[in-house]
Amino acid sequence: MSSSRVLEVRGLTVEFETARGPLRAVNNVSFWLGDGESLGLVGESGSGKTTLATSILRLLAPNARVVSGEVIVDGMDVLRMSEAELNSKLRWRVISYVPQASQNALDPLYKVGDQFVETVRAHTNMGVAEILERAGELLEQVNVERSKLNSYPWQLSGGQKQRIMIALALILKPKIIILDEPTTALDTIVQAQIIELFRKLKEYERLSTIFISHDVSVIANVSNKVGVMYAGRLMELGTSSEIFHRPLHPYTLGLLRSVPDMRKNTPNEFIPGTPPDLVNPPSGCPFNPRCPLAQDICRREMPKFEDYGGEHYAACWMVPATVAYSSGR
Amino acid sequence: MEELVSQKRSETELFRTENLVVYFKVRGGSKLFVHAVDGVDFTAKPRRSTGIVGESGSGKTTLAKALLGVVKPTSGKVLFEGRDINALKGDALRDFRRRVQMVYQDPFDAIDPLYSVYDAVAEGLRILRLYSSKEELDERVARALEAVKLTPWSEYAYRRITALSGGQRQRVAVARTLAMDPEVFILDEPVSMLDASVKGEIIKLMDNLKPNGKSFIMISHDIATVRFFTDELAVMYLGKIVESGPSGEVVSEPLHPYTQALIAAVPVPDPSVSVRSLAKGEIPSAVAPPSGCRFHPRCPLAQEICSAREPELREVRPGRFVACHFAS
Repeated sequence: MSSSRVLEVRGLTVEFETARGPLRAVNNVSFWLGDGESLGLVGESGSGKTTLATSILRLLAPNARVVSGEVIVDGMDVLRMSEAELNSKLRWRVISYVPQASQNALDPLYKVGDQFVETVRAHTNMGVAEILERAGELLEQVNVERSKLNSYPWQLSGGQKQRIMIALALILKPKIIILDEPTTALDTIVQAQIIELFRKLKEYERLSTIFISHDVSVIANVSNKVGVMYAGRLMELGTSSEIFHRPLHPYTLGLLRSVPDMRKNTPNEFIPGTPPDLVNPPSGCPFNPRCPLAQDICRREMPKFEDYGGEHYAACWMVPATVAYSSGR
Repeated sequence: MEELVSQKRSETELFRTENLVVYFKVRGGSKLFVHAVDGVDFTAKPRRSTGIVGESGSGKTTLAKALLGVVKPTSGKVLFEGRDINALKGDALRDFRRRVQMVYQDPFDAIDPLYSVYDAVAEGLRILRLYSSKEELDERVARALEAVKLTPWSEYAYRRITALSGGQRQRVAVARTLAMDPEVFILDEPVSMLDASVKGEIIKLMDNLKPNGKSFIMISHDIATVRFFTDELAVMYLGKIVESGPSGEVVSEPLHPYTQALIAAVPVPDPSVSVRSLAKGEIPSAVAPPSGCRFHPRCPLAQEICSAREPELREVRPGRFVACHFAS
């Protein structure tokens, strides 16, 4: 992981204004993405994955604001850029975002080709013929017939729409692409097709990628580095094999054990309780009310996000206890 | 003699469908039909759990609704303990409705925001008037809530459903079925809406009911959960059962090319194992299903015969049924 950093996030904190008070959706998150790396961000609903992704492109909802932190993408200080600069220099040209349920993001009144034209025109002054030529090539790369440029979204299947959204994200040859739950609404076999496509494109286009999913097993298929989020915090970060085979955080361990594994005939376990209310979070570590290893200090103070060797980070007071607990059963 | 055979069957079979067909008319008044379930012979044994696995458009939920009697067959029969459920009347029908209950996936999706947990759990009991006093109703609601670990029950009973977390709502969904004291639970994607860390709790809760002689039919696209929870499973594709057998065997050694493609596509939590897509394309429309074997346009092994002739579901090994010309 010593490659150059194409994306770096430092101490990022994002809050939403809600009727009940400020909700801290992303809390002091730091990580970087090396050139050519594929980072998988995993977490359950409400853990802050999507807010983190949208703040990197400054696509946050109107009631959200960045409280503190830095986002550096390809040398650009994103949080200081104007909206015009974001559109002309950053979005789609350097970093693209494929939003969750993006199959439904295609405008039903526009043909696929028009959606390519509109997206490109928002960022460059490329001519229509050139845009459509490039769009056609990309569609073929994602295994959709070129003729679908003349189709309306409702004439396409879920898998085709997702492939088209990925092609759209690639049209301006970005270095980085962020995919938010790109397979969640799809059938299992189609999900496997999209995962294979993702791997092929990553190779071919030399992309650095962030793949967001609530599904640990999907993340295992698309990442060489994994970040685990809980209650707005990045709890653990490391290489894929470290996270899956040597987790340091009790939440990661619990999450891995709660995933059904088709190869086994054992029941999946679960973590008692539910994630905290982020308007009134517990003191100390947000996982402490559900953690089997929690001690007094966990209820008092949030642990630092520390490197435990080999760029394997965790935010937990009980790392040695977790390792013992993990191997003890 | 025939009566004896059917009596014998009813002891070993809880549900049995005979060439069950359910078509739905396509909206807009055309002459097109969705072939949701298209000639299915499904059996479920008493005090066992049986899975129905399939992707969206496979017809699994329609089959479940037909077992419950809320969807009527276009042709064919649904037998419960040997009796045609669509011919039941009066007390026999009431009895069937109490004994067989469905747990829906997030049944409170469109609920009145004023509805309380108590109302939700008591609803079925009230409709079928299964209690004689307010005390008895309280007692049954309390027992159901305690069984799903919403304890102390009095703390949850008067909360609004809308104020609960997803996991708690799903537990209420189980509790309202439990309150009816059914013998058969039909579970429709019971955990698919839930976060991973709480899924296991709901599954465990239902698993704990098994020793009480209850029967389960679990419908899901999640083959890993079905594999663990059920004894036998049937795999559906485009309105047909393509494979059935003991759950562990079907998953570890699938015999139908569709099941093989499905299993190869299921991700596992291990970065050294990759998913593979063995089937091309997506599930076609159930309005005009492909000729012959419905899987042939996507099948990596398809030959000429596959588009010409429909394979029958046949026993290729003891207890293993497969509808493929080439399975052995």
